[in-house]
Amino acid sequence: MAKRIDVSGLHVYYGDFLAVEDVSMTIEPRSVTAFIGSSGCGKSTFLRTLNRMHEVTPGAYARGKVLLDDLDIYGPDVDPVLVRSEVGMVFQKANPFPTMSIYDNVIAGAKLNNRRMSRSEADDLVEESLRGANLWEEVKDRLHKPGSGLSGGQQQRLCIARATAVKPSVLLMDEPCSALDPISTLAIEDLIHQLKEDYTIVIVTHNMQQAARVSDRTAFFNLAGPGKPGRLIEMGETNQMFTRPEKKETENYITGRFG
Amino acid sequence: MSTTTTQPPGPETGPTEAALRHASLPRYFPTALLASCAAVVAGVLLAFSSFGAILWALLTAASYVVITVTASARVEGGRKATDRFVTSLVYGCFLLAIAPLVSVLWTVLRNGFDRFDGYFLSVSMNGVLPSMDAGGVYHAIVGTLAITGMATLISVPIGVMTAVYLVEYARGRIKRVITFFVDVMTGIPSIVAGLFVVALWMVLFGPGHTNGAAGAISLAVLMIPVVVRSSEEMLRLVPRDLREASYALGVPRWRTITRVVLPTSAAGLTTGIMLAIARVIGETAPLILTAGSSAVSINWNLFDGQMMSLPVFIYSQVRMGGAVNYERAWAAALTLILTVMLLFFLARMIGRAFAPKSAR
Amino acid sequence: MTTTDAPQAAPPPTGRRRIGDTVFAGLARGSGLLILLILAGVAAFLIIQAWPSLAANTANFLTTQEWDANVRENPAFGVAALAFGTVLAAAIALLLATPVAVGIALFIVYYAPRRVAAVLGYLVDLLAAIPSVVYGLWGIGFLAPQLVPVFRGMTEYLGWIPLFSGPASTSGRTILTASVVLAVMILPIITAMSRDVFRQVPQGHREAALAMGATRWEMIRLAVLPFGRSGVVGGAMLGLGRALGETMAVAMILSPSLAISFDLLRSGNQTIAAHIALQYPEATGYGVSALIAAGLVLFAITLAVNMGARYIVARGSKEA
Repeated sequence: MAKRIDVSGLHVYYGDFLAVEDVSMTIEPRSVTAFIGSSGCGKSTFLRTLNRMHEVTPGAYARGKVLLDDLDIYGPDVDPVLVRSEVGMVFQKANPFPTMSIYDNVIAGAKLNNRRMSRSEADDLVEESLRGANLWEEVKDRLHKPGSGLSGGQQQRLCIARATAVKPSVLLMDEPCSALDPISTLAIEDLIHQLKEDYTIVIVTHNMQQAARVSDRTAFFNLAGPGKPGRLIEMGETNQMFTRPEKKETENYITGRFG
Repeated sequence: MSTTTTQPPGPETGPTEAALRHASLPRYFPTALLASCAAVVAGVLLAFSSFGAILWALLTAASYVVITVTASARVEGGRKATDRFVTSLVYGCFLLAIAPLVSVLWTVLRNGFDRFDGYFLSVSMNGVLPSMDAGGVYHAIVGTLAITGMATLISVPIGVMTAVYLVEYARGRIKRVITFFVDVMTGIPSIVAGLFVVALWMVLFGPGHTNGAAGAISLAVLMIPVVVRSSEEMLRLVPRDLREASYALGVPRWRTITRVVLPTSAAGLTTGIMLAIARVIGETAPLILTAGSSAVSINWNLFDGQMMSLPVFIYSQVRMGGAVNYERAWAAALTLILTVMLLFFLARMIGRAFAPKSAR
Repeated sequence: MTTTDAPQAAPPPTGRRRIGDTVFAGLARGSGLLILLILAGVAAFLIIQAWPSLAANTANFLTTQEWDANVRENPAFGVAALAFGTVLAAAIALLLATPVAVGIALFIVYYAPRRVAAVLGYLVDLLAAIPSVVYGLWGIGFLAPQLVPVFRGMTEYLGWIPLFSGPASTSGRTILTASVVLAVMILPIITAMSRDVFRQVPQGHREAALAMGATRWEMIRLAVLPFGRSGVVGGAMLGLGRALGETMAVAMILSPSLAISFDLLRSGNQTIAAHIALQYPEATGYGVSALIAAGLVLFAITLAVNMGARYIVARGSKEA
């Protein structure tokens, strides 16, 4: 299920403005890759190019190659809609559909591809996805209540269940814990550990302890200078990145924050 | 219908399991198809010598949608076909809305142009029999200016002051009540506003008193809520710190409002008032009841006798029904539309030119 | 009642410098209260002047279809046919306009290229700027003749549906023509409200839909329409209010008759507003008073519809 991502020579533009410059990296399947770096360094922008969500922003476009296993997601005739059902995404702010029940939220994406899903198939998928998101026990008695009634952390796990119900091979997470309290954050981090059995996971985080706790590999992004594009500075095993970074820039960033 | 011109290219490969691409219609497909549909439909219609613009547009649109959806369903699959179907519908809706706009403007221009000249604008209908090839709208222009002018003089102070009250003073219950009733007032049908003044005049002056002032008051009833709404919005845009800065200098509240708040929002207030004028200047129904529909001569006196106005002129000419009456009605409609458009564009330009930079 | 002499509630000034404040606040407050007074006046004067004819009416005002009011004694009139015609015309207009308006709003917010979207929205606003009497003139001078062959075709092929039974009007001056014009007139109102709510759909919801592989339409179905529903309904009801009260388009286009009829393609039916405009210049005896009574009914209907609309919109924005 999980797939490898190979990025080579990727540039991202907002109109005339070059936001991210020349990124090449390999993201291993069945592992967690963390993107760290200061605000505005382009890590979220780059993350969004991995499932072509950046195209939602008017004027944004990318140049370069992103291979999902062997398929270029920017190749001719590639449908961004199919890319996104293969590469799912979880956002900073939990965004369950407010008018839908918990059940309908989970099933929403899967229903798009399979209209004639039988009742029992749907029930199974909902249970499986909610169990996968460690949420089943908490909500199984109120599946048909609105998802907006859940706590922030539960909502975020609901969004993860919704993303996995589509059966993607990659999960992108854009600061999924930044709006959550420490206990909910811990629950999500536990969940990320389990999910990497089945998925390729990429997580953007501002919190370096979190990157150290959850990720196998870490990529550090930084701006080339004020008003300049963001670049990938260094990428490696998380342990090594946090103990013996190769670049001075990385070390400054990590030690500056770690104290 | 056109079938042969654009066969969907590419082999019929269903989406393979892991593939991200599936066969899709080429980018030029919609444009090419639309052009060929239009051409083929035009050809067929001409062959049957039954070419009509509306029929042609409808058949072109229908054949385009049918072919697109069928081709997309076969090549790209059901979901993509639905998406393309909705896209065509949404574009179609927009064209459907633009069609009457263009049609109204075009018919008014074409039918009104012949009679729209200096003579028409500068003479009244005094002494002109309805069927004579003479006469003009000067008296109606006078009436429209006088009635709308008086309505503006009444409703602007009341409307702007109410907005000031709602934004600067009112709190709690009274604010909710007034806001609610301003909304209610927005929904008063124009004919009811006319009846109100009729009823009021009967109580005040007895039956049968028709004059411009009555028309102006009925228009003011329609105009006040519009002015309140737009002014309220503009006053709310004035930043809080501006007021606080003024209070901090020890300037009393009313001077702060008259010297700081109102001047800051002057451009916005003007825009709103002009749009309100544009709205009521075309009102017909209340004026038929209050200012009369049979005046033929120039009357500048708002308080004595019937007063013609442009909209009522159009209506009464149509009621007469002769060819020359229709010509006059179209020319008067052209006059009215040009006036409204002028107000509309001026309002937008003032709004844009003086818009506070932060409001963008 | 007339000009700017708003009642000045002037309690004794508390300090010398505060006189200006008191006067100004009094003026502002007075204007607000004046609006309430005007509205109360509208209702009161209509009731006062409607009363004589209602008291003298020998027929049941609510169930009678005939309008025999221009007499000095024993008038017999009712609003049944008029109220039916009013609701029928407005309902058809609403059915025609709402889907199109939603389509336009979607087009402007989610389909049109960003650069032209503002201009296109502006064009739709222009539709609202055209005076109703010009729509009436367009309806009778251009649209009605154009629709005659269409109506003939409809009676031929769809005549088995009771609504479309023939023979079709040869002038095109039918309730359906009037409703089409009304639909054009209320299009900008519904579009504006729908456009506003569609714009407010949180980016998070739209991105959530797209991120799980939704097409543009599926994104709209999942995230935009459920969120915007109350705004669309509210806008539709505001449009309905406008269509119910609209006078000129109907008065100029429709060739009326005072009987309840479901035949959309034949002349017949009449609305309250158009009836008032057409009858008023010739009203004698109890005529004016009876027309005011009819206006009161129209006022009550539009009031109810508009208040319902505001309630729905307000509730919707609270949920969001």
